[in-house]
Amino acid sequence: MMAAVAARELSDGEVVFVGIGLPNLACNLARRTHAPSLVLIYESGAVGAVPERLPVSIGDPALVTGSLMVCGMADVFQLLLQNGRIEVGFLGGAQVDRYGNINTTVIGAYERPKVRLPGSGGAAEIAIHARRTLIVAKLSPRTFPERVDFVTSPGQRVAKAITDKGVLERDEVSGELVLAALYPGVEAADVQAGVGWQLRCRPRLAPLDPPTPTELRLLRDVLDPQRLYLKG
Amino acid sequence: MAMKDAVARFVHDGDAVVIEGFTHLISFAAGHEIIRQRRRDLTLCRLTPDLIYDQMIAAGCAKKLVFSWAGNPGVGSLHAFRRAVEGQGQGLEIEEYSHFGMVARFSAGAAGLPFWTLRNYAGTDLPRANPRIKTVSCPYTGETLATVPALNPDVTIVHAQRADAHGNTQIWGLLGVQKEAAFASRRVIVVVEELVDERVIRSDPNRTVIPAMIVDAVVVEPWGAHPSYAQGYYDRDNDFYVAWETISREPAALARYLDEFVYGIPDRAAYVEKQPGLARLKAKAQFCAGVNYGF
Repeated sequence: MMAAVAARELSDGEVVFVGIGLPNLACNLARRTHAPSLVLIYESGAVGAVPERLPVSIGDPALVTGSLMVCGMADVFQLLLQNGRIEVGFLGGAQVDRYGNINTTVIGAYERPKVRLPGSGGAAEIAIHARRTLIVAKLSPRTFPERVDFVTSPGQRVAKAITDKGVLERDEVSGELVLAALYPGVEAADVQAGVGWQLRCRPRLAPLDPPTPTELRLLRDVLDPQRLYLKG
Repeated sequence: MAMKDAVARFVHDGDAVVIEGFTHLISFAAGHEIIRQRRRDLTLCRLTPDLIYDQMIAAGCAKKLVFSWAGNPGVGSLHAFRRAVEGQGQGLEIEEYSHFGMVARFSAGAAGLPFWTLRNYAGTDLPRANPRIKTVSCPYTGETLATVPALNPDVTIVHAQRADAHGNTQIWGLLGVQKEAAFASRRVIVVVEELVDERVIRSDPNRTVIPAMIVDAVVVEPWGAHPSYAQGYYDRDNDFYVAWETISREPAALARYLDEFVYGIPDRAAYVEKQPGLARLKAKAQFCAGVNYGF
């Protein structure tokens, strides 16, 4: 469901900076359904990638075979990202706060971390330079606290957070994430239970359609037959 | 040159060492030889420390780590690294950037500049965690830009598909920052799957990423990037990356791994013999259309 909802956020012809895992599934689903001209760019340097298998990492050799261009990482970050060529960036995170700030660095104090996470990778610059950022993360009060312990990626360009119960979007006036749409059978209170701040709601919550039979077939039989990322 | 001799001659205690390669072309062979020769107090620099730096940290080679993403790509954590920074290991200094920051550091080093400017880090806590990330005011527009200092390692080790005996080195597939890291470095060791005649290099000069003039040693080491991969030669051994999660979680299991696959063997050829399943990783043939270099 998250992969299908995320895929529908992408328009045909857009240039997307793809992360591994669910974002990768969503982008490849979109490419095989409503957005055949989606341009997938991976930070490892593959541009216009058409991975024949589900990439197991952001640097998978299947991203190279058949792609339109392979460039060095200096070109990825300077010519493509910093120069404004990327329309959509996908990010996940251990923590996402009220204002869409993302933490992938540490839980606890930086100098004495309780849990040391991998760090930014390209996430800081993706959040700063992609014209809109989509967050994909499952709801829980630990994942969605009022404030993150460390801002790895600032939230100014976060458009939406796609969760496992509904979609939050950024309110243009207050800058905070507000509830905008619900999955079938989910109440606003269910989403609130997974968020560590008093969540505000849009006056009218949009319903989200469940995955179509075509989307399900592509996800289960073609894109992730080994269920590396799809669960349930 | 043999790997043993290249490491003995060009990698010294206390050096800033770069073994680059973004998922692709990571010289595990060189990392293992550095562990075997028990180098100490190294400053290890790399965008993604990966399993090889986790092994080098566990083996006690590292004093400091300079990096931008320290995880097991596609799998999870680097547990030796985590133990060191979460206060359970022998301790490790860290200096942390984002990928763009590390790329910019290598670019400055490669271009002979003291620093590099980038539009980045506004609104992040990274400059607070790392005071070497600073800002500068653009003399033309007044815009505030971030800066990072040049990185000029003592030695950079690059794995590649092929080179000639002089060190003219060709790479295809993901390029990472192999070129920038090599040009930024005081000494360069190139490790290749295949040694080729200079005529092969000259037949396709656009594919040369590192020229012989900056190379100090060429080491021929087939399967030298395993469990990383070499496009057109072999795939990543993802099973090993998954297994590392379990091995690295237990210091005793990690020590047993190093004993068996690093300290207990003399060189890469012996390591390859101890990997019975390599045939399954061999790359399928997929050649490009070819280009006409005539005039």
